[in-house]
Amino acid sequence: MILNRDLVIIGAGPSGLCAAKMAAESGQKVLLIDRNPQLGGQLIKQTHMFFGSEKQYAKTRGIDIAKKLIDDVKNYPDLIEIWDNATVLGLYPDKVLTVLLGETYRKVQAQAIIVATGASEKVLAFENNDLPGIYGAGAVQTLMNVYGVKPGEKIVMVGSGNIGLIVSYQLMQAGVKVLAVIEAAPVIGGYKVHASKLQRLGVDIITSCTIKKALGQDKVESIITTRLNEKWEEIPGTEQEYDVDAVCIAVGLSPLTNLLAMLGCELKYISELGGLVPVLTNDYETTIEGVYACGDASSIEEASSAMVEGYIAGLTASKKLGKVHPDYDDLILDFRKQLEVLRSGPFGEKIRKGLAKLEGVRVGC
Amino acid sequence: MNKKDIIICRCEDVTLEEIHQLLEQGYTNIEELKRLLRVGMGPCQGTTCMQLIQREVSKFLNIPIEEVKTQKVRPLTMGVKLNAIKEGASDES
Repeated sequence: MILNRDLVIIGAGPSGLCAAKMAAESGQKVLLIDRNPQLGGQLIKQTHMFFGSEKQYAKTRGIDIAKKLIDDVKNYPDLIEIWDNATVLGLYPDKVLTVLLGETYRKVQAQAIIVATGASEKVLAFENNDLPGIYGAGAVQTLMNVYGVKPGEKIVMVGSGNIGLIVSYQLMQAGVKVLAVIEAAPVIGGYKVHASKLQRLGVDIITSCTIKKALGQDKVESIITTRLNEKWEEIPGTEQEYDVDAVCIAVGLSPLTNLLAMLGCELKYISELGGLVPVLTNDYETTIEGVYACGDASSIEEASSAMVEGYIAGLTASKKLGKVHPDYDDLILDFRKQLEVLRSGPFGEKIRKGLAKLEGVRVGC
Repeated sequence: MNKKDIIICRCEDVTLEEIHQLLEQGYTNIEELKRLLRVGMGPCQGTTCMQLIQREVSKFLNIPIEEVKTQKVRPLTMGVKLNAIKEGASDES
């Protein structure tokens, strides 16, 4: 039996939850699907306070933002149907989805789809990179902040973007020794406030440095790092060994676009946005009519931008289905302005550059 | 550098050495590498390895990574028990 649903939103992280809220405010019925038992996406492990403006819950901890967004969605029990523990297995061009809901296989015919699947972590190729004890930063955050499990006692963080810096601090809060944060680029990737916090606690942040190999019998026991020259080549003789029982890899995210690719949406590789990203209209519609993408699934940015993009996609997808929010024009204008503010300043430069490249593709086709 | 200890596709346990050997033989298309080595065909369906493979192909051919075409993505995104599909389709004619 094929179930009929008007608007299906895949992913109930910051972007998907916000999209669902705006759709419900527009009077649009929604099926919200998430593969995890708990809604909220990455927010449920983010114990730190957010930056940005009040509108995106600055000064609020990620876990508390998740609670607010989930409450928002649960305010509309008649309009928003929630499937948790549900993984979308396939998306087909006639907007049919196959879903594994718990142990049950379901088929859903949608009229419009918003893909808000988030991102996956990038990995690194180095010797013995498959030894137990080598984690992605997201896994470390899940272990510590969701399940209360320490990943190790002595750790080196690879990557100094905001995730690397924040997770290093959280590791220290959990009593784990962070021996060093190493960064392949010549400059620290994340915000200075996060970096300074670590440096004040005596953690070295070593730039132009990468992991060369991991050593150990059944699990990681030590790692060797090497310095890099301006051409990103290893400088012989600069190797250093650290005794560790865990390594945390935080070298960036790439958009989770497999469902969009399966459907045949046009994707373009834009390194500034994290890799393959969907070509989108201003309304966050992909090259397939009625299929939308927002949040990290459309380009890697902060959670605050993901929320605002979700709001916009929720509004535009509902409008497409004939449900127009009473304040549609004002809201769209305001959200677009919020995105502009979030992407202004030196830290938004990469995003602006990436989006400009994507704009070039869009106009060209 | 010991290429046989560098894992590129962890689902199917494929090393950098194996990738480089096939590149040397002229298999520089990701679809070919996938068919010969099963890279990207395991539980994560290429989410982890595809960017690493793209980079190796880009370095080998000396072309920008943007120009290295990735694999064709097909359903399903994860393993499903046949029984679940059978039961899900039981009321369809």
